[in-house]
Amino acid sequence: MNFILDAVAYILDPANWQGANGIAARLNQHLAITFLSVILAAAIAVPLGLLIGHTGRGRAAVIGITGAARALPTFGVMTLFVLIGLQFGAGLSLTPVIVVLVVLAIPPLLAGAYSGVEAVDRQTVDAARAQGMTEWQILSRVEVPLALPLLVGGLRSATLQVVATATIAAYVAQGGLGRYLIEGLRSQDYLRALIGALLIAALALLLDGLLAALQRLVAPRGVSRGGSRTKSSTGTPAKRPSRTLEATRTPLTEG
Amino acid sequence: MTWLWNNLDLVLGLTAEHARLSALPILVGFAASLPLGWVAVRVPWLRGILLTVFNLIYTIPALALFVVLPGILGTKILDELNVVVALSLYATAMMLRGTVDGFASVSGDVLQSATAQGYSGTSRFWKVQLPLAGPVLLANLRVVSVSTVSLLSVAALIGSGGLGRLFTEGYNRPFIDEIVIGIVFTVLLALLFDAILVILGRLLMPWSRRRPASPRASFLRSILPGRVA
Repeated sequence: MNFILDAVAYILDPANWQGANGIAARLNQHLAITFLSVILAAAIAVPLGLLIGHTGRGRAAVIGITGAARALPTFGVMTLFVLIGLQFGAGLSLTPVIVVLVVLAIPPLLAGAYSGVEAVDRQTVDAARAQGMTEWQILSRVEVPLALPLLVGGLRSATLQVVATATIAAYVAQGGLGRYLIEGLRSQDYLRALIGALLIAALALLLDGLLAALQRLVAPRGVSRGGSRTKSSTGTPAKRPSRTLEATRTPLTEG
Repeated sequence: MTWLWNNLDLVLGLTAEHARLSALPILVGFAASLPLGWVAVRVPWLRGILLTVFNLIYTIPALALFVVLPGILGTKILDELNVVVALSLYATAMMLRGTVDGFASVSGDVLQSATAQGYSGTSRFWKVQLPLAGPVLLANLRVVSVSTVSLLSVAALIGSGGLGRLFTEGYNRPFIDEIVIGIVFTVLLALLFDAILVILGRLLMPWSRRRPASPRASFLRSILPGRVA
């Protein structure tokens, strides 16, 4: 436990936050890598997921992509891309790392956007169509607002994966909070590795908390997720206090 | 390819180590999630606490957890136990949502008729609730299994963990083939584990093949992300 107290003391000392190699600088790098990757991935995955959800075509692709992503060892893919990048003369730049992070963030975002639209009650969609809405209006005014909680759930999941993988990225490229951790491991300086680990864990928990709050904020008023579609009468009391928590980042409770 | 033939012993040895180090957390996670899920379904206030605690653990990136655990457990950083404990915690967290979901999906009417037929609390759990929750549990266990196998390779960064060593070694040499072989064998091992689970499921739950509980729910479950780093 002594190590943990020492690591916390190091982190709480404002002097260690300053300078080009300070905590603040590396935190900024970590956040910049994370946001850039998630935004790029969202630009690709969200429109695609909404389209698949709306048309119902391409389900098999969603299953295939998410399944394959789950089986691929991230660390292996990361080292592979960086070595391939080196062969093409990319040097030790961040580009291969960002590519891997984007690829990694796509499946959860795709699944979130897709399952959000898919989970919208078909009767609601039919009602919207009967009122004369165009397909675009149905998507933008009915399906997307109702899909937002699951969509943000996908965003949350993707952010979590990217923050975690950006840590591993310090092994192959400079930058981010992972450096403390990797440098500490390389020089067998446990305290240094622990400082990195605590900072990364804190960052992941903080971002996850913020996105969980956002997930709750975007839920349209008067809509309880999955309510009309839940068929099974459950053995538990009707009040399920942790439903939102449980449903976060996984579309598991839909059904 | 020549590299693979020349180093087949090494690769197979690492694959066996990988299988051992990932099978253990999968089993621990499954075993731990059953009582936890049972309690969570029966005691509503505990359910919130349990899911929140495991959700928080699940949020911590794997490499960070590998490094923090020795400080808490008092183990050496190279101790395999750190990796096994960390992966078991993730497996339990992932599996717990499945057990809560599975147990809750068994209809209250069914449970009441089981009680009316004379089942006691425990035998009702083992003979009615658990088998009926089976397909949901299996679907979640498959996600846990694949995620754990792929996640273990990160442990190579702290000097442990099976096939992940081909990634660190291949990167340092640098030698792309070695990394590709590592990825291929990790995926093959994940597929093997998955096949074993599917076969076990068919043997233990012969009824589930005929009538999937809810095709839509099982589809949505099949696109669960799972932890990758």
